[in-house]
Amino acid sequence: MLWACVLLPHLALDGVLRRRPSTDAPLVLVSGSAQARTLFAVNTPARAAGLYRGQRLTAAQALLSQFETVEYDPAAIEHWHRLLAAWAYRYSSDVVLFPHAIVLEVSKSLGLFGPWPRFEAQLREDLTALGFRHRIALAPGAQAAYVLAGIHDGLAVMAPDALQRALAPIALRYARLPDDAGTSLAAMGIRTLGQLLRLPRDGLQRRFGAELLAYLDRLTGEGPELMEAYRPPDTFDLRMEWTHEIEHVEALMFPLRRLIGDLAAYLAGRDGGVQRFVLELEHRGTAPTRVVVGLLAAEREAALLFECARGRLERQQLPQPVVAMRLLARELPPFVPAGRDLFDTRPAHAMPLDQLRERLRARLGEHAIQHLRRTIDPRPEHAQTTADNTRLPEVTETLPRPTWLLDRPIPLHGASPTILAGPERIETGWWDGGDMRRDYYVVRTSQGQCAWVFCPPGEPGRWMLHGWFA
Amino acid sequence: MGNVVALASMLEGRQVWRGRAAHTPTGDQTTGWSALDAALPGGGWPEASLTEILLPADGVGELQLVLPTLARCTRAGRTVVVVAPPYMPYAPGWEARGVVMSHVDIVRADPRDALWAAEQCLRSGSCAAVLAWPTHADDRALRRLQVAADTGKALAFVFRDRRHAAHASPAALRLELETQPSLQVRVRKCRGGNAPSRPVPLPASWS
Repeated sequence: MLWACVLLPHLALDGVLRRRPSTDAPLVLVSGSAQARTLFAVNTPARAAGLYRGQRLTAAQALLSQFETVEYDPAAIEHWHRLLAAWAYRYSSDVVLFPHAIVLEVSKSLGLFGPWPRFEAQLREDLTALGFRHRIALAPGAQAAYVLAGIHDGLAVMAPDALQRALAPIALRYARLPDDAGTSLAAMGIRTLGQLLRLPRDGLQRRFGAELLAYLDRLTGEGPELMEAYRPPDTFDLRMEWTHEIEHVEALMFPLRRLIGDLAAYLAGRDGGVQRFVLELEHRGTAPTRVVVGLLAAEREAALLFECARGRLERQQLPQPVVAMRLLARELPPFVPAGRDLFDTRPAHAMPLDQLRERLRARLGEHAIQHLRRTIDPRPEHAQTTADNTRLPEVTETLPRPTWLLDRPIPLHGASPTILAGPERIETGWWDGGDMRRDYYVVRTSQGQCAWVFCPPGEPGRWMLHGWFA
Repeated sequence: MGNVVALASMLEGRQVWRGRAAHTPTGDQTTGWSALDAALPGGGWPEASLTEILLPADGVGELQLVLPTLARCTRAGRTVVVVAPPYMPYAPGWEARGVVMSHVDIVRADPRDALWAAEQCLRSGSCAAVLAWPTHADDRALRRLQVAADTGKALAFVFRDRRHAAHASPAALRLELETQPSLQVRVRKCRGGNAPSRPVPLPASWS
């Protein structure tokens, strides 16, 4: 077993920063009661100005005249943690949540995603794209990986004996020992994990209880590790709010791109697609505007989903400024990738047909693309339908049929036409009230067009034009 | 005899114009009408290009001209897009001429969006042919379609009124349909060869 630990040291701050365009303005997260406000996290420009975590807000205000403050939200941390677990689920089926970290079992994934250096680069690339700072370490045990990630970014330990050597010099206060064992041991003169591991087990058990021993066994890989595996949720629900009001649709594109990116990461981890999702634009005081994005087939590619959502959103009138946006996807059908021929001769930059249809529908409307199907009804008006679920007749028509049909018949004006074929009587439709009794002819007009016309039986001359033999 | 000038130096100085054999387009996009294929320089539709078809009126046989091509493409499983047709295509009539209707996408769009939709379809490279009826298209719009057809390696057919014949067009092939004395096609312009002087007769468009 090999475990990769992704440590997320700035989860709370990154969760806030990734929602806004990158700026050089100082920003801090504040927590604590109204009387004793303290800084919970500070970004790089704020740290350069001398602000640090744990500082009193009043002290920070004395140091720096202007900086943005955001209330620290523990629920948001939990949320981002879950989102990243869903992302990690794409690479491994064994994902475990540790405090401020995600640990995934990768020995089986290495066969698919290449050797560890390439796999690690892939993980880092994804995390950077999602906007989270991270530290990654690899070890034969989950607990060991968690400890190593806190010590050294990019450390990869594959073999158990190498793990012993890597753990030995680690100071006890970084070893994440249970309870307060670390302080007691430091008072006894034990400084590193190597010294601790050499101590007799009986004495340790007597002084600190079985818990410390079990922890050390987990760390060195000698004892079993019992962990609760992460299970991805069945619906996707993500909300993003901002402090200012957005009045123009164009300004919504940046948060939309983030939301869609998160959705795509979640879908890829779940090996699913999305066919329908809702964007809720929240306003101050009134009901949110709902924008439903429907697709022809389940999709999960971020660029395609973004383009579809953008097309729908651009046509939306904003009744009021938007203060928050929420993406809700409940229907998550399995994703079936489209097959492509290996010897396909189409140009390299070609857009797949489904993507083309989605793009057209996004701009022209849901029903912009139609497919015509023949029905078994003999009446010309009902002989074809755009509905999907019709039974196809086997026999093809042998009588002359035009290639254009007018929406409704119009009187044929002008000089009297020459009759080329006919009459063909169509007299039917008694079952649904749409009775008709017509004689159809093929005629040539004075302009040389071939027309499909009809007249009431026995009254040739009162021609009604119904189609063109174009 | 005056100065002897080396031929190579004249060529280098670009003083001599050198004729080059004209590039003859070749393709296997047969129109389905053997008389028309024989009259066209490439033996069929110009590959990955815009074809402009000029009409005296709607319904004179313009679909008759392209339906064999559409039938060939759709039977091969490739998609044909009909952008904003002036009338409803009538499936029984199209199927009687061999078109597989499940591979025909009909796009509903107003005239402003129709050109955009046609360009997107051509550019995508996933359509075999695109039919469009631009009403207010100018020279630039048609040139965009020509470039898109070239990019996406698709056949573009544009149907326009006969009065546009006087204007220049970037289309690789311009055909004009005539109904007098009977249905016939006159080649107005064809890239890669001289336009034939005689019109090509077509059979009547009803069957």
